[in-house]
Amino acid sequence: MPHLPANSLPHRLGRTLRTPLGVTALTACVLLTLVAVLGPVLLGARADQVDTAAIDQGSSAAHLLGTDDLGRDIAARVVVATRLTLELTLMASGIGVGGGLLLGVAPAVLGRRLGRLVTSAVGVLVAFPGLLFVLFLATVFGVGSTGAVLAVGLATIPPVARLVQNLTASIDGSDYVAAARILGVGRFRLVVRHLLPNIAEPCVLFAAQAAAGILVAFSGLSFLGLGVQPPQYDWGRLLNDQLNGIYVNPVAALAPGAAVVLTGLVFGLVGEVLAQAGGHRAPQERRQAVAVAPTATVPTATGPRPDGPDADALVRVRDLRVSFPGGREAVRGVSLAVGRGEALGLVGESGSGKSLTALALADLVPHPGQVSAGEIRFDGHDLRTDPRLGTTLAMVFQDPMASLNPALRVGRQLSEVAEVHLGATRSQAAARAVDRLAAVRIPSAARRAGQRPHEYSGGMRQRAVIAMGLMGEPKLIIADEPTTALDVTVQQQVLDLLAEVRADTGAALLLISHDLAVVAQVCTRVLVMYAGRIVEDLPVAELARGAAHPYTRALVGAVPTMATDPDTELATIPGRPPEPAEHGHGCSFAPRCALATGRCLGTEPELAAFGSGRRVACWHPVDPIDADPIDADPIDAEAAS
Amino acid sequence: MATAATASASMAATPTRNPWAAFALRRARRLLVSLAVLVTASFAMIHMIPGDPVRAALGTDASPALVAAERHSLGLDQPLLRQYAAFLGNLLRGRLGESISTQLPVSQIISSRLPATLEIAVPAFVLILLTAVPVGMAAAVLTKDGRSRRGELAFTTATGVLGAVPEFLLAVGLVAAFAVALPVFPVASQGGLSSYVLPVLSLTVIPAATLSRIVRVETLRVLGEDYMRTARAKRLPARLHYLRHALPNLLTSSLTLGGLLFTSLLAGTVLIENVFAWPGLGATIVQAITEKDYPLVQGIVLVYGAAALLITFAVDVAVALADPRSTIRGS
Repeated sequence: MPHLPANSLPHRLGRTLRTPLGVTALTACVLLTLVAVLGPVLLGARADQVDTAAIDQGSSAAHLLGTDDLGRDIAARVVVATRLTLELTLMASGIGVGGGLLLGVAPAVLGRRLGRLVTSAVGVLVAFPGLLFVLFLATVFGVGSTGAVLAVGLATIPPVARLVQNLTASIDGSDYVAAARILGVGRFRLVVRHLLPNIAEPCVLFAAQAAAGILVAFSGLSFLGLGVQPPQYDWGRLLNDQLNGIYVNPVAALAPGAAVVLTGLVFGLVGEVLAQAGGHRAPQERRQAVAVAPTATVPTATGPRPDGPDADALVRVRDLRVSFPGGREAVRGVSLAVGRGEALGLVGESGSGKSLTALALADLVPHPGQVSAGEIRFDGHDLRTDPRLGTTLAMVFQDPMASLNPALRVGRQLSEVAEVHLGATRSQAAARAVDRLAAVRIPSAARRAGQRPHEYSGGMRQRAVIAMGLMGEPKLIIADEPTTALDVTVQQQVLDLLAEVRADTGAALLLISHDLAVVAQVCTRVLVMYAGRIVEDLPVAELARGAAHPYTRALVGAVPTMATDPDTELATIPGRPPEPAEHGHGCSFAPRCALATGRCLGTEPELAAFGSGRRVACWHPVDPIDADPIDADPIDAEAAS
Repeated sequence: MATAATASASMAATPTRNPWAAFALRRARRLLVSLAVLVTASFAMIHMIPGDPVRAALGTDASPALVAAERHSLGLDQPLLRQYAAFLGNLLRGRLGESISTQLPVSQIISSRLPATLEIAVPAFVLILLTAVPVGMAAAVLTKDGRSRRGELAFTTATGVLGAVPEFLLAVGLVAAFAVALPVFPVASQGGLSSYVLPVLSLTVIPAATLSRIVRVETLRVLGEDYMRTARAKRLPARLHYLRHALPNLLTSSLTLGGLLFTSLLAGTVLIENVFAWPGLGATIVQAITEKDYPLVQGIVLVYGAAALLITFAVDVAVALADPRSTIRGS
């Protein structure tokens, strides 16, 4: 990736340093450095001054934190210890990060065999707790500052090496490294030119975190008496000295501890700043709230009222809207009705709002979507106050691999519906679950009910989800792309099953799909959605030749069939659908429409009756009588149903 | 090493029927390799010490005859390979040599000190699980979907700061607060039930804070999964929704991530025992290192290392049992 100057690391670092977090981190770093540099110079003499007249004193004006067993001023000693503590921490960090980097990059340089050996060696080493390592190495190197630096530094190597290995392995597998390798770039050059620059940022971040850990480990070692030895002292050593006097002077024991914690937090802050500058948690640019002009969306609010023939419909939805923060409206005033036992298809491209429409009906719109509607009635109930999910309203989702709980037995996932909503006992519910699984033709249902979803195939899982909906007495099944994630052969089985379930239970079906062929096969009526609105409502039988909306016609034309000449180019719809935030005043499809006129760009057409039992939202609907048949011989609705 | 490599090659070649058995075998082999490394490293320790370890242990004024006698009793005058064989043989019979400073068998010292360590480590382990999982889940449910930004900030800040405090400093702070300022609990040493409170608390608080953060993040991830949407589509009571559907899924992934916490708990006992003058293994190993009592250090390193490896192994197997899908196919 070429570095854009405006987005380079120094630039981003500069930007992050101007945030409150950055200012705090920078200030803290400067303060810490000043204390470390000036402390021993200014207070060194005072810290070492033995005063036998003032042994083990508490806090006083002369000695802010009191004195130790030789009458030395503890406050001065804590300040002076800053330099040695930081020096030792940085030395150990240098050993740990440097060694980890070498060992981490080694597999990429050494070739397969040696590389694997290094990788598995590191894998074994990281399994041991760090402190055990430190104790082991402290034994080997002996008690004292040098031994402790080596011990803490070496003990840091395995985790750093593991991180670097993981990072290089992920980059090693990338295309540009493969390309460089094919071009004959040498291993060493590959590491220096391609791997190291790309792992530098996460490594620096991890180094800052590791330094905080090393500070703590070192202080712990000195506290145990295995690190810095008298007359030298660091914070851990001071803590060790003062712990025995905690009864007399608890502040003196807490002060070096507080210094360790605060310095650890400074390292943490530095890490956080580097992480933000590295873009992992980059300060987010405030998303501009796009205010939607209310006039632009008003027309359909008073739009078609599915009363009249739809008055006794199973589902009646009026002016359904789903909006997201920032004024994006993904569903913009959808009104629809589903008759009892009807199979209704809802088609459109991805992003057209069809799935959100379905989820809004079931009150399952994900956060932070907001649903509003003039009316959502289902079987005489207002779904917003009186949800029917689990009993008469069933859902089937797109990805059966993900929609069953992997940790629970399939039978349990079914039977709980009956226990919760139908008041069945545990054994009754379990029996019903097996019965329902058998009803969706899952072989040896009793055994299968005791299995977990990962033992099911994709098609079987989707059957199990359908069976879950059949635990109640469904009057409506909302199926959101139920076959998209499945193999073609399995798709057909699931569609057959849905048809069969409908025939058995008399349930209505709302089938959401981007696949016109699927809808044509299962449904009797189809709603076409585009950019959050319904643009056409027509019987499936008329889909092939009689579509009135240019978008529907284009959609039908884009479906290849067995009869399509493989040499002709597939029909595509030029352009792309508008983003939810960019709806203007005109028809959303106008920019892609061959028939668009000035009127289309200026005013959005409403969904209005067009012939008998059909509705279309278009200023220039194509009259099916004198229209040319759509090219590319589309779906044969008759043969398919 | 070479035999391990060929074994892995032949195992990869034979397709195993049962993925669980394959996983268990693979995992057990890794455990064995790690144990072998641990044993060899602890054997090698005394040979890695620069200079003469026996002279260092006995002091400069020990007579040459005494040094030679100790060298002989440690077996250091034997060829290296024979020493290694003898070390392995003794290990299999549960013999870990004799302490240089007390002349007592190392195994006896360990078995007399181990219970004190377990008496604070096991309650801490249980407490960590019992607090971190409910607290993390509750925090996730209360702050999901950006419901309470302030609560989220308070939780992440509090657990973040707590997680950054080293446990021995927390222990010192607890002693200052609850043993000195408010003398509720004893300052140090093992005694009645009240003497356990501060050591166990010192071991619990920090891992619990870290684990509850992990649990919160994992809960939020699980709540966003498709199968939780399926559960919502069943309109279950909140209790079933969270406890039956979310908990098992977040437990497995939290345990995988939190597995390291449990081995670090073991290491934490070393520091905590020294703060509270607790007569456990941790206090003993530090004393042994200071006194250069190498056989004793060697024995305790073996015990700690083996415990860490076995805990990691147990966590991996438990996770695989609870969620066979992810673990077995994953690695």
